[in-house]
Amino acid sequence: MLRFFIRRALLAVLTLIAISITTFALFFAGPADPASIMCGTKICDQRTHDRINQVLELDKPITTQYVQYMKGIFVGRQIGDIECPAPCLGVSFRTREPVLNILGRAAPVTISIVLGAAVIYLIVGVSLGMLSAIRRGTILDRIAVGFSLTFASMQIFFLGLLLVYIFVYGLGLLPRPAYYPISEDPLKWAGGMLVPWITLGLINSASYARFSRAQMLETLSEDYVRTAWAKGASRRRVHLKHAFRAAVTPIVTLAGIDLGLQIGGLVITESTFSMLGMGRQAVLAVLNLNLPIIMATVLISAVAVVIANVVVDMLYAVIDPRVRLS
Amino acid sequence: MVHRMTSPSGAPASTATGPYLQVNDLKVRFTTEDGVVKAVDGVSFAVERGRTLGIVGESGSGKSVTSLTVMGLHNRKRTQITGQILVGGRNITAMTDDQIRRLRGRDMAMIFQDPLSALHPFYKIGGQISEAYRIHHKVPKSIAKTRAIEMLDRVGIPQPQKRAEQYPHEFSGGMRQRAMIAMALVNNPDLLIADEPTTALDVTVQAQILDLLEDLQREFNSAVVLITHDLGVISQVADDVLVMYAGRVAEYGSAEQVLRAPQHPYTWGLLASVPSLHGNADEDLLPIKGNPPSLINVPSGCAFHPRCRYAMLNGGPCDIEVPELLRLSLSDEPGHVVACHLPERQRKTVYEQEIASVGVAI
Repeated sequence: MLRFFIRRALLAVLTLIAISITTFALFFAGPADPASIMCGTKICDQRTHDRINQVLELDKPITTQYVQYMKGIFVGRQIGDIECPAPCLGVSFRTREPVLNILGRAAPVTISIVLGAAVIYLIVGVSLGMLSAIRRGTILDRIAVGFSLTFASMQIFFLGLLLVYIFVYGLGLLPRPAYYPISEDPLKWAGGMLVPWITLGLINSASYARFSRAQMLETLSEDYVRTAWAKGASRRRVHLKHAFRAAVTPIVTLAGIDLGLQIGGLVITESTFSMLGMGRQAVLAVLNLNLPIIMATVLISAVAVVIANVVVDMLYAVIDPRVRLS
Repeated sequence: MVHRMTSPSGAPASTATGPYLQVNDLKVRFTTEDGVVKAVDGVSFAVERGRTLGIVGESGSGKSVTSLTVMGLHNRKRTQITGQILVGGRNITAMTDDQIRRLRGRDMAMIFQDPLSALHPFYKIGGQISEAYRIHHKVPKSIAKTRAIEMLDRVGIPQPQKRAEQYPHEFSGGMRQRAMIAMALVNNPDLLIADEPTTALDVTVQAQILDLLEDLQREFNSAVVLITHDLGVISQVADDVLVMYAGRVAEYGSAEQVLRAPQHPYTWGLLASVPSLHGNADEDLLPIKGNPPSLINVPSGCAFHPRCRYAMLNGGPCDIEVPELLRLSLSDEPGHVVACHLPERQRKTVYEQEIASVGVAI
C-alpha cells in the first residue's frame, strides 16, 4: 500500500517535470515575441526591443532560462531589481509583479466557485440520478432525464446570464455575482458566489445525474443486489447499502478528476461573471505572451490534476476492498 | 388432475400437511418491446420437506424464471403471473411485496450460480451472513456474528472466525459457494432453491458442494429445488425430476422413473448428449439438433416438434395440438407424467432400440 503511493508520488513528480519542459519548449518554439507586445503599438525600435529582452532575461539560452525558472521555485531568485522569494514562479512580464501574488488573488476565486458548485452538483446530480434509477420508467425518472437533457445541452454563459437577468435584475431575489474574499465577510462571499454556484451546479448536475443513473441501473442488475433481495432485505436497505455503495465508486473517481481539472480554471464561468480566476488569468496571459503566468497556471493545473488522481486512488482503496489487496 | 398436486414419489403418510412447496398451473409472462414472452406456461409441481426436486432443461426453458417467481424476485411491474404458488400453505401470488419479503430469506432461501458475483464485493463474508440473520431476527450484532461464524463452521469452512472477517475475493470458488450456502441457511429455511449451484465450480468441488447440500437438507429437513442442466447432478441428488421445455413441463416423475425409463424425446435428447462411463465408448452421442425456441414465438403444437427426431412418426398432431401431460398407461409408474403425442408403445420401442444403448451418464 505505502509502496504503491510512493510510486504514484514519484510518477507524479516526473509528470510535472515533463509538463514544465513541454510548456517551456512550446512557448519558445512558437513565434513568441513578448518584447514586441510590451513595446506597445508603436513601431518598436531595435534598442528598446533588445533592452526589454535583456530585462526579461529572454536573451539567455532557453536551457538557462528553464534552469533558473525551476531553481526559483525551490530557492527563490533575483529578477532584475525584483526580489522573488521561493517558491518563485517568476514575475509578470507586464506588471513586474511576482506571479505568485497574482495567482494568490486568482486562485481563491476559482476555488470558491469550484467547491460551492461541487456541493450542489454532487448532492443534486447524484441523488437525482439514483432516484431516477430506482424509480426507472416512472414520471419522476422521465422528469429527471428531461432535466439532464435540458441542462446538459445548455451553455454556462447562457444559463448564467439568464439567471442574472431573471433572478438578479428581474426579481431581485439573488445578489449580483461578484467575488468578495471569504475572510472579509463570509455572508457576502456566499451571496456573491450564489449565481455562479447555481449555474455551474445545475449544468454539472445534469451530467452527474446521467452518470449516476447509469451506474445505479447497472449495479441494480448485479447478482449481489439480487442476493440482497433474496435475503429479504428491505427496499431501502437494498438500494442504499447494497446498490448505492457499489454505484458510488465510479462517481467518486469522476468527481475527483473533475475537481482537479476545475481548480486549473473555469474560463467560461469566470468570464461570464467577470471574475478574475485562474482560468481567465491564464487566457489573458496567453494573449499577452506572458510566459511566467502561463507556466504557473499550467503547472498549478497539472499539480491539481495529479493530486486529485492520487486522492481518488486512496479513496478507491478505502471504498473497494479488492483494491487494497493488489 | 390429482397427480399434479403431489410429488411423483409420493409423500410418506406421516407428512399430513402435504408438500411444503406446491406450484399449480403457474404461468409467467413478461411484456417486452418485441412481444409477450411466455417464460412459464402452465407448470405444476410439488416438493415435500426433506425431498429434492431437480428441474432440468436448456437455457431459456423457464427453469430459472420459475424459481425466481417462487421467491418473488421477478420484476413485478413487467410480469404477469397466474396460477398458484403455495409455500407452507400460503399463496405467494396473492401476497403483497412486503409479505413476500418477510418470507424471503427466512422461510425460503436461494443459492445462485456464480457465488463470486452473488456476494457483495465490498462487504465481509461474516457481515453478509449476519445481515441475512439480522433482517429476520431482532438481535444485537454480536449475536448475529456468532451465528454467522457458526454457520461458516457448519458448511465446512476452516477457521471460520478468521474467514468471517475476509472479503469474497479472498475466498476460493468452492469456499464462496459454501459461504453462500451458509448465508441461505442462516435462518433455517424450510425451502431452499439452488439455481445451478455447481455450474461455476470445478468438478471436484461440485461433488463436495452437492454432498454438503444433501447433508444440510437431512439436518434441516428442508424442501430443496435444484435447478440444473447437468443430469449427473440430478442423478446424484434429486428425488423427483421435472423436465422443462419452452416454459412447459415435458416430463415429470421420480428420478428413477425419469432417468431409467424416460418417456419424452426431449429427455432422451438430454440423456443421450451426456457421455457415460458405462456405455459403449464407440457409440456417438446424440445431441439435440437446433436451438431452444424463442419464448415469444413458441412453435405451434408440441413446442419441441421442430427439433424432435420422432415428431410425426405416427402422423400425429405434433405440430397442431399441444400435448397434454398424461400418466403412463402401459407401465405401472405412479406419478410419472409426460407430454408427448407419440403412443406409449412406440416410445418404448424407440427408446429401447435407439436411445438406451447410447449410454447415458447414469
